[in-house]
Amino acid sequence: MEQNIVLQARGISKSFPGVKALQHVDFTLRRGEIHALMGENGAGKSTLIKVLTGVYTRDEGTVFLDGVAKDVAIRSPQDAQNAGISTVYQEITLCPNLTVAENMFIGRDKKLLVSHKERERKADEILGRLNIPARAAQQLGKCSLAVQQMIAIARAVDMQCKVLILDEPTSSLDDNEVEMLFTLMRRLRGEGVGIIFVTHFLEQVYAVCDRITVLRNGELVGEYEIQNLPAVELVSKMMGKELDDVTGMEKRELAPEDGETPVYNAEGLSSANGVRPFDFRIRAGEVNGFSGLLGSGRSESVRAIFGADKVTGGTVTIEGKPVKVKNPIDAMRGGIGYLPEDRKDDGIIADLSVRDNIILALQVLRGMGHPIPKAEAEKFADEYIKALSIKTASADTPVGSLSGGNQQKVILARWLLTHPKYLILDEPTRGIDVGTKTEIQRLVLKLAEEGMSVTFISSEIEEMLRTCSRLIVMRDRKIVGELKGSELTQDEVMRTIAGRSE
Amino acid sequence: MKKQTGSGFGNALRQLTVPLVAIAILIVFNLIRDPAFFSVTTTVNNTGRTVLAGNLISIINGASELAILAMGMTLVTAASGGQDIAVGATAAVCGSVFVKVLSSGASITGLSILIAVVACIAAGMLCGLFNGTLVSVFKIQPMIATLILFTCGRSIAYWINGGATPTVSSPIVTAIGSFIPGVPVPTPIFIVIFVGLCFGLLFRFTSIRLYMQSVGINQRAARLNGINPVVIKMLAFVLLGVCCAFSGVISVSRLSLINHETILLEIEMDAILAVAIGGNSLGGGKFRMAGSVLGAYAIQALTTTLYAMKVPSTDIKAYKAVVIILLVVLGSPVVKKAFANLKLKWAQRSAKGAEA
Repeated sequence: MEQNIVLQARGISKSFPGVKALQHVDFTLRRGEIHALMGENGAGKSTLIKVLTGVYTRDEGTVFLDGVAKDVAIRSPQDAQNAGISTVYQEITLCPNLTVAENMFIGRDKKLLVSHKERERKADEILGRLNIPARAAQQLGKCSLAVQQMIAIARAVDMQCKVLILDEPTSSLDDNEVEMLFTLMRRLRGEGVGIIFVTHFLEQVYAVCDRITVLRNGELVGEYEIQNLPAVELVSKMMGKELDDVTGMEKRELAPEDGETPVYNAEGLSSANGVRPFDFRIRAGEVNGFSGLLGSGRSESVRAIFGADKVTGGTVTIEGKPVKVKNPIDAMRGGIGYLPEDRKDDGIIADLSVRDNIILALQVLRGMGHPIPKAEAEKFADEYIKALSIKTASADTPVGSLSGGNQQKVILARWLLTHPKYLILDEPTRGIDVGTKTEIQRLVLKLAEEGMSVTFISSEIEEMLRTCSRLIVMRDRKIVGELKGSELTQDEVMRTIAGRSE
Repeated sequence: MKKQTGSGFGNALRQLTVPLVAIAILIVFNLIRDPAFFSVTTTVNNTGRTVLAGNLISIINGASELAILAMGMTLVTAASGGQDIAVGATAAVCGSVFVKVLSSGASITGLSILIAVVACIAAGMLCGLFNGTLVSVFKIQPMIATLILFTCGRSIAYWINGGATPTVSSPIVTAIGSFIPGVPVPTPIFIVIFVGLCFGLLFRFTSIRLYMQSVGINQRAARLNGINPVVIKMLAFVLLGVCCAFSGVISVSRLSLINHETILLEIEMDAILAVAIGGNSLGGGKFRMAGSVLGAYAIQALTTTLYAMKVPSTDIKAYKAVVIILLVVLGSPVVKKAFANLKLKWAQRSAKGAEA
């Protein structure tokens, strides 16, 4: 066996009732490398990670550690940790109301009594060494998400981990924070830690990784050196077909406006969530976008349009008629649908079935006293499961057990079922696989073709350039520019986000 | 990913496993102990009428108040993710109002009973509205919010009737609490069926179940789908208030008097337990009201069994606790998962056998 191999998994299989999640998958991690684990939702990435970290026990296969040809049993996360395998998840699993030092040493103190001073001194030393901008005595919850993540990594590293698994660590970080994280990752690579990096962002893979292992439908596609696998090929390997290229996607150009009544028009709209008063209108069949950095107010603006936050001022007309939107139900009655940014907390009702989740908004629109008959609900659910090709065992399956992309499709189905005039999609493609992404983009264009107005928000500018005919740019919670036609280029958007003076 | 198979009926049965198993065990246990335990006989009661009697009847009859409270408690649990610990005290208030209205009239007639019941329900709704407001508007934890009425409810019940332990003697009241002339089945059983039917119709003709489950599982998402969580939680508490009123009326009518200190004392814990035994998560969300009702009957069956075994009343709670531990552990996620794994293994083994 190669000397510098730190973890080798051979022929790993894992089944769940009705699903073969992993079939004879091999995975090799070397000392001092950053290894991307790629695949679409449902490819088996999470299952493999969970097998390696002892959350699931494998049905078949062997795991060797440190080049020792002896199968290691990993039956619990504790076993994994003892074996030197640590994981940092997308959601921080530390305690926000304890201090940074307490979080770093929680559950690891060997003695019953440990002096706070001693602990904080040690913590500060580690933070300093890894260049993490936090102090040991600080309350963890006061640190930014990125720093919290780095602290979780520092904790793992300090536990002498040889294998560090980062599961979607960058999903909620902005570009600067991502760069900070990468610097830390590169430093750890230099120290000989083997890092498994799971992400949906292709460019991040190419920015930081050495090797890529691709999974598809629970099977191994292959392991590649990064320089031998261009992004286009990576995507086609993940999707298992030649890249469903986006060139066929034609975005809509509307005829010039000539006094038509906009579908939605707002003047001086503001909300308790801190958006400065803004004007906004959208025409029938138009796709527009809100662009800006995280926290620029793009999500807050659409939340104000939908009445999701307390609206503090402004006048709204829908198809020329004045409307008061104070609550989501007002907006829904006006024909607006809203797919929220935070799928888990604002979108899905996890324990309810796919069917109940799909009919929810329509049911509320019809009113509590007019329940949708069971046969009709079943028809609706089946129709949309088919139309959006939602992958679910049945319409009775709790939506929480679906993969992220399919959950997103369920929420999309929920709003499409209400046949809105104006549909707001806030980050509909975040954290979902490439195939579903293009599917959603295509769907947006198709809906607009049919006359629906759509607002499409995404952190990926490219995605918006592909779909939107008008882009509203925000900075510091106000609108700083509006781009259309030939102005819609990546450069121009970035420049507007950054401010024209620069 | 979990694959769900089987019909809706099969799923329903699976979710009702714990209360059904509990009842089955109690039945088998009692049949072995005393084959005649469940035999239903007819006796002539003190008013000279032929009525049904026996342990089975006394269990179902005795659990009436608990069953009704468990129905309401299920809704509060589902929508608010918490429990109302003031149901006993609220029922005492309702019972007092019932007695007050009856005793303030010259004679008790059908009409005055009707007025008293309506007033009693109004009192229950008012209590529910109070709890609901604290929970949904002021966002106080349900247990803390209902601690208020839990503490002062029985005092209010005492004030309503000016400190006495008034009796209301009327054949109509007796009929509510025991038997309607000519009907051999105790009246409280019919009241349970009536309340259960009302909830059944409510679920059939409104989408209240979907609303309450949505609010209980993910309040933020529910709001963004146009549901008003404040109203839904309030509604759950008000419906529980109505349940308290029915329980209060039954309990008062059984004795034809109200003792505000002892009426339905400590029933809140049994009501919460019934919800839990019924397979409902006390953290809110999805619910099955039938489970809670079965849970209520299981609890009553247990109590009656213990009495039949001549366990001293002072010891009964300890014995009850042992059985409850067993039931709760049986219904815990860990045991459920272990059973699921076992089943999977068997399925795999038989599949392998089939291949070979």
